[in-house]
Amino acid sequence: MGIQTENLSVGYGKQVVLSGVNLEVGAGKILTLIGPNGSGKSTILKTITQQLAVLGGRVLFVEQMGKGSKDMGEMSGNEIAKTMAMVMTKHPTPELMSCREVVGTGRYPYVGHMGILGREDWQKVDQAMEAVSALEVADRSFYEISDGQRQRVMLARALCQEPEALILDEPTSYLDMRYKLDILEKIRGLAKSRQIAVIMSLHELDLAMKLSDHVACVNGETIARIGPPEEIFAGGYVQQLYGVEKEAFNPLTGAMYLRSAKADPEVFVIGGGGEGSPVYYRLQREEIPFAAGILFENDLEMDAAKACAASVISVKAFSPIGEEQLSAGKKMIDQCRKVICAVSSFGPLNEANRELMEYAKKQGKL
Amino acid sequence: MEKHKNDIVRRSLFFLFMCLLLIALILWNIGSGSIALSFREIREILLGTMREGPSYQILWNIRLPRIVSAIFLGGALAVSGFLLQTFFGNPIAGPYVLGISSGAKLVVALTMIFFLGRGIRLQSFGLMAAAFLGSLLAMGFVLLVSLRVQRMSLLIVCGIMIGYICSAITDLCVTFADDSNIVNLHNWSMGSFSGMRWENVRVMVWMVLLTSIAAFFLSKPIGAYQMGEAYARNLGVNIRLLRILLILLSSLLSACVTAFAGPISFVGIAVPHLVKLMTKTAKPIILIPGCLLCGAVVTLFCDGIARTIFAPTEVSISSVTAVFLAPVVILMMIRKREGMR
Repeated sequence: MGIQTENLSVGYGKQVVLSGVNLEVGAGKILTLIGPNGSGKSTILKTITQQLAVLGGRVLFVEQMGKGSKDMGEMSGNEIAKTMAMVMTKHPTPELMSCREVVGTGRYPYVGHMGILGREDWQKVDQAMEAVSALEVADRSFYEISDGQRQRVMLARALCQEPEALILDEPTSYLDMRYKLDILEKIRGLAKSRQIAVIMSLHELDLAMKLSDHVACVNGETIARIGPPEEIFAGGYVQQLYGVEKEAFNPLTGAMYLRSAKADPEVFVIGGGGEGSPVYYRLQREEIPFAAGILFENDLEMDAAKACAASVISVKAFSPIGEEQLSAGKKMIDQCRKVICAVSSFGPLNEANRELMEYAKKQGKL
Repeated sequence: MEKHKNDIVRRSLFFLFMCLLLIALILWNIGSGSIALSFREIREILLGTMREGPSYQILWNIRLPRIVSAIFLGGALAVSGFLLQTFFGNPIAGPYVLGISSGAKLVVALTMIFFLGRGIRLQSFGLMAAAFLGSLLAMGFVLLVSLRVQRMSLLIVCGIMIGYICSAITDLCVTFADDSNIVNLHNWSMGSFSGMRWENVRVMVWMVLLTSIAAFFLSKPIGAYQMGEAYARNLGVNIRLLRILLILLSSLLSACVTAFAGPISFVGIAVPHLVKLMTKTAKPIILIPGCLLCGAVVTLFCDGIARTIFAPTEVSISSVTAVFLAPVVILMMIRKREGMR
């Protein structure tokens, strides 16, 4: 079963914040919402999970192969609970509950009037905890465990609802690298193995790109773009979405760069092969404007240089360095008060850089 | 699953212990008082073979109704406290703290003055209705505020302020009402189980039993609500309905207490925590019967103290509950802070 929103309007109270929200995700697929803070990602997710009223349009659960769909507005609470589960950013604060009991609350739609879990329910609870490797904290208090473990427990709780759709609001917030990767791998694994349709929001664009089948860009008014990650992340649209400079983010590597002093360069850095990056960051930190060169355009540190340096002398990838670039480099060295050579060895293609180094040494700037 | 077994043993022991304690307290309360009754007299009165005489009057018409009302009203206070704490997600919420008791008191005072001024004596039902109206009004006000403020500590401050305002108005009414019967109101507002009559007791027993049973059958949605509103909704709980029911039930319970015994402090806040501490859980399916029982035990104990410690003079019940239960509340706040990391 997949989820679809049809011309959905969302917002708080009666005030519409976003409208014309059309999302679609099939069984076993992951749709990720990206967009700056306050753009309305959470508002959309809260509306789909009924924490906020639908202000227009519909949320549909779509059967496979066009077998028809069900309007969420016409389903009973219990029916929805068996179809869709969620994990929100803000964790509950239950009193005196072990993690196993917290996971057990996911069985709510399946148990009788008094809410007592049977033997089979407890088995499902343990299976769900095992699936997210949270079994070892099962008997501990929900307060005692780390944020990462807590996220796993909440994911297990959602699985206990045996959902066909899973909504997650920033499942990686507050988590360290290990848990970030871990929780996202688990989400992906569960989506594929149990054919769950997943909609989530993420701030880690690099991870969103690697994980999602579809990415939707939320811009504060509507879904500005939706499509496969390779389309969304091409051509600098994402930087525009977040209102940052094109150089500030590299979708291919996921690296982000800070703004730096752009004035007449005082220092010239001979870089290449990634060895220049630490030097660029240091100069950027100390707010010293600098120039970098001579770099091949496909160099590992090209993005860092573009983002940090006041100017970059570069040549086309896999092409020899021409006379033109060499003289530009020498001219730059003349202007600068100091030259730093970050490269330890030179290959036949960048003999020109060795020449620059010699040139600088002769001037006593190295 | 080892832990699961331990939990069951612990909870069974708790209920057993509370039942034994309740029986012991009932016996103590029957036997103690300004006039000593012999064991033979007590047995005959309880078995129904002795139906007159001063001893019969004392036990059957004074001590027993008082014991029964302390049991049921104490239980009602504790359950009402638990429901309010769950509803507001706040550990020190309770009918007294949130100004619900004071609201009830104000409306009761106003109606008493109004009717007494016209020479009409209020029946228990009228008193009850007035107290219920008062607690609903106060509760409604607290609820309005709770929708506007996110910080629950502000809510408590607001409840206390409402309490002060209501008390001030009540005092004002009492000062300017020149009816000598106003003494009744004063006695009532001190909080006391004395002077209970069987017809009142019958009404309150039904009220408390029915409301508590209703609350007990809401255990499942209340349990889901403890996970927070968003998750409860996702689990299919009808939040709006549950909220209305929770407010209605807790208002009914605290109104019942306030109407018959006046405002009684601390039982509502402290008992749910005592029960949680002893049963190591907050599940409503355990807590609701647990609070009913433990509230009865605590209140009966405090009432026994209130009427015997400086006999023949009676101490107000709230003074006793405050002395015994306020430390519990303080202790629990400290523990909570430690437990939350």
